[in-house]
Amino acid sequence: MFVIKCPYCGERDQTEFSCHGEAHIARPENPETLTDEEWGEYLFIRSNKKGIHYERWTHDHGCRRWFNVMRDTVSDEILATYKMGEEKPKS
Amino acid sequence: MSNQNRIYKGGRIDRDLAINFKFNGKEYIGYQGDTLASALLANDVHLIGRSFKYHRPRGILTSGSEEPNALVQLGLGARTEPNMRATEIEIYEGLEASSQNCWPSVNFDIGSINNFLSRVFPAGFYYKTFMWPPSLWLFYEHFIRKAAGLGVAPTVKNPDRYEQKFHYCDILVVGGGASGLMSALAAGRSGCDVLLIDEKPEPGGYLRNTSAKIDNLNSNDWTNEILKELESYDNVTILNRTAVMGYYDYNYLTALQKVTNHLPYLSDKMPRERYWRIRAKKVILAQGAFERPLVFSGNDRPGIMLASAARTYLNQFGVLPGKSVILFTNNDHAYGTAIDFANKGAKVTIVDNREDIPSELSDRCNKVKIKIYPSHSIINTHGYQKIKKVEIQKVDQDNNELTGSLREIECDLVLMSGGWNPSVQLFSQSRGKLEYHSKLNSFIPKDLIKNQKVVGCNNGNFNLLEVLKNSYQAGLDFATELGKSANKSLEIETAFEDLEFTEAKVEPYMIGKKKVTHGSKHFVDFQHDVTAADIFLAQREGYISVEHTKRYTTTGMGTDQGKTSNVNALALMSHIHNKPVDNIGHTTFRPPYSPQTIGAIAGRNVDHLFDPERKTAIHQWHVDNGAEFEDVGQWKRPHYFPQKNENIHDAVNRECRAVRNSLGILDASTLGKIDLQGPDVAKFLNLIYTNAWSKLEVGSCRYGLMCNEHGMVFDDGVTTRISENRYHMTTTTGGAARVMSWLEEFLQTEWLDMEVFCTSVTEQWTVLSISGPNSREFLSSLADVDISKEAFPFMKMKEGKVCGIDARIFRISFTGELSFEINVPSRYGLFVWNEFMKHGKKYDITPYGTESMHVLRAEKGFIIVGQDTDGSVTPKDINMDWIVSKKKEDFLGKRSFSRSDTRRIDRKQLVGLLVNDKKTVLPEGSYVVDEAKPRPPMDMIGHVSSSYYSPTCDHPIALSLIKNGLNRMGDVVKIPLMSGKVIDATITDSIFYDKEGARNNE
Repeated sequence: MFVIKCPYCGERDQTEFSCHGEAHIARPENPETLTDEEWGEYLFIRSNKKGIHYERWTHDHGCRRWFNVMRDTVSDEILATYKMGEEKPKS
Repeated sequence: MSNQNRIYKGGRIDRDLAINFKFNGKEYIGYQGDTLASALLANDVHLIGRSFKYHRPRGILTSGSEEPNALVQLGLGARTEPNMRATEIEIYEGLEASSQNCWPSVNFDIGSINNFLSRVFPAGFYYKTFMWPPSLWLFYEHFIRKAAGLGVAPTVKNPDRYEQKFHYCDILVVGGGASGLMSALAAGRSGCDVLLIDEKPEPGGYLRNTSAKIDNLNSNDWTNEILKELESYDNVTILNRTAVMGYYDYNYLTALQKVTNHLPYLSDKMPRERYWRIRAKKVILAQGAFERPLVFSGNDRPGIMLASAARTYLNQFGVLPGKSVILFTNNDHAYGTAIDFANKGAKVTIVDNREDIPSELSDRCNKVKIKIYPSHSIINTHGYQKIKKVEIQKVDQDNNELTGSLREIECDLVLMSGGWNPSVQLFSQSRGKLEYHSKLNSFIPKDLIKNQKVVGCNNGNFNLLEVLKNSYQAGLDFATELGKSANKSLEIETAFEDLEFTEAKVEPYMIGKKKVTHGSKHFVDFQHDVTAADIFLAQREGYISVEHTKRYTTTGMGTDQGKTSNVNALALMSHIHNKPVDNIGHTTFRPPYSPQTIGAIAGRNVDHLFDPERKTAIHQWHVDNGAEFEDVGQWKRPHYFPQKNENIHDAVNRECRAVRNSLGILDASTLGKIDLQGPDVAKFLNLIYTNAWSKLEVGSCRYGLMCNEHGMVFDDGVTTRISENRYHMTTTTGGAARVMSWLEEFLQTEWLDMEVFCTSVTEQWTVLSISGPNSREFLSSLADVDISKEAFPFMKMKEGKVCGIDARIFRISFTGELSFEINVPSRYGLFVWNEFMKHGKKYDITPYGTESMHVLRAEKGFIIVGQDTDGSVTPKDINMDWIVSKKKEDFLGKRSFSRSDTRRIDRKQLVGLLVNDKKTVLPEGSYVVDEAKPRPPMDMIGHVSSSYYSPTCDHPIALSLIKNGLNRMGDVVKIPLMSGKVIDATITDSIFYDKEGARNNE
């Protein structure tokens, strides 16, 4: 069970959080102009990385804020956490 | 004769404190400090139970938690516990235990017929025999469950209390043997916050039963000195009788502490067990090693045990379990046990399958008259309920064949030692990688994870002095990393282990008179009765992956999780495939490390504390007025309000009629409510809901559907504009939290520039929904605002006082009748409800529950999200295209409506269903087909999502999702029931009552 550093609250137990999958997938600005394939890409296609992975988490049982996590999916080591809108750290 | 196997002095038992206990109904005496196993051995009881599959007599193999054989049913009644290891149970006055898996008794067990039928019970037997045809499995299962299995679970509720504790520490040391004590000592001296956990009643581990000497002290006295020092430190906590069960990410570990299990009484003040959840900055694993059994024919009889276990019984418990002893071994270390036994007067013979015995060993054996047979193996054993005789023969090392003449030796105890396996289970759980050590012939830790060390035998080091020094250093190193240092170094100069374990083979010893590959009884896994032959069979049948072999043969799958058997099984596979063990690999270790009670995991979270219960402000009234409740999420909602002799149908019919004819009242407080504020709410709602929100005026309400990005309906509700920048959103009862998160997700991750603030206000408001033709007349006498038809039309909201309380009144309806939803602050909820009940008498005001609510809304064809939708349904599918804006450029889900799949015209669509017989209420979830066949499979065209008897229509009604249903009005479809009966029904419109909506606008 991880210890996650919420960018707003500090280190907390994983039980306070939930994960919401890959980060940095922006909702397309004008969905209507997209082809089915492009829309499908946004909806369904995820990188499923082995190694450094950027993902969205929420501090549900805490400040309820969304933030991003940089995690090594092999070791499960959390390498960084950062606020929404901030640039992703380099791997 | 009692305690006939007890020697008169020595050990850690108190001979002045006799303890009476019962085993299989017979009374015995043991001493304080005994385990059930040691006390039984002292009384010369070797036969403890019967094995799982063949019901073979079994005795005691080990002296610890790895015990596969000596499992007993402990205690009686509500406190009885199955599968308890006799080797771990500390005896107490009045203890009662019995053998399990035998009938009618352990001495005469009918099931042992399986032993003679073993050729028809090979590995994978259940899979091969009972899995086909599938319909018969239920029939077989009954008999298998009865015949197999171990102890019995209690049939009544356990009365004991279990506690949980969260613990944070600098350094957690797992294992209180030589290495663990040293690590804890170094960390403790450095001032670190240390938690030392040990399985046994007292730490010391191996040092308690060996003849090692440390700085001229015997290991026992030396251990006591160290313990005394550790106990003097406030920063060191020692937990005895505690086993670490799980080792998870980031040094999170769980441990089970047996608090009062060893006591004859149960204290009200103390829990039975305590479950520890530990987060440690550093973890030192010092769990030691398990001795490895040897795989030979008939190696499972009572009276055959591991050499180290026998040494423990002798030195720690003062029990000499046999006087005519044979040691079968492949390593030097086990000789120590033989010499200890000889010194205590036993006649000892050593059968060593190695050719060259070090002369030092043979000289020492000569001195105590131990006869050694080098290059020999035990090839067979005799004795049904206890070992009586072994057959030994010389083995040609080169081709592993028997040579020379067969020799028979009488005995009453056989000790075996095949070397030692480091206890790598927890290390492996923590994701540590293992490597195969070619001298030890076992797996040892390789790559450590962060903030973890493995010390001592656990790390494959069996040299006592090195172990002590390295373990101490490990503690120091971690202390330094934590910014602390010890003011004392380790003063140990000499540590002399009589005979050190350095190497052992795990070559196939499974030589015997009978060919090992077929049907012989060379046991690998004692608990699950897996023989070497079973492993061979699995390989022949293609289960050559280690994970497949494990599951096919069930080796390592018992309650002991193969602590004694795994390495032998792997070695066998290695031999069969002629590949090094490294290439065979090993199975995955998973928590728990040893069996643990569910009670401890649950802790105090049982009964009404299992899951939080949410109650509305009116709850007590509902209870007092005889409501039957149903759970909606965590909410307790009145299901219906039965009067006198009413059943659910009578009550619901009465409640529904009251709503349609006069006045009903529903406690709708559980409805999700979200307060939205900010200048951008309208813009936000436009993106969240499928319809348009820009023009909603202050004081107006609007119904909305929410879709996810896949275009599927996921919640609905009414949102009202309270003031310029403030909106009140309602959600389904079950969807409140989900919707709140959904809104937050988009506000926090996509539309960061929008100024919208969401606050959950579900519990702040009590919602009383009054419904029926008399509702306006009734409310007008209690409200201080004009609620006349002209002044207060449908889908409007007014603020004012109701019964003198500030309220929001919503003119909305979920029943199709003229309705008002009155929201008052929750603290006034019950007051207003009571006022309503008082003033409503005139109209025979009738409280109704969720069942009537469902019937009433279904009569009107109103959907319930989650019942009539299932996450694969678009607004169009439920015939609600009218609520989907064609003008808005964008909203969540919009783009998906034009995907090829959502555009399909033959999607399942929500329609009404009327049964042709006018009386059958279809079970919800029933399949709908065009053509009914005598048995499945049939082509399913849909299912029934809602179904009730409608008192208003006086016939059953149903909603159903049917392929292309909207274009099939009037078609007759078939609904096959579980009983085999097939019901005809006609597809209709989904509104069954008041299609024009006239009643709502009264």
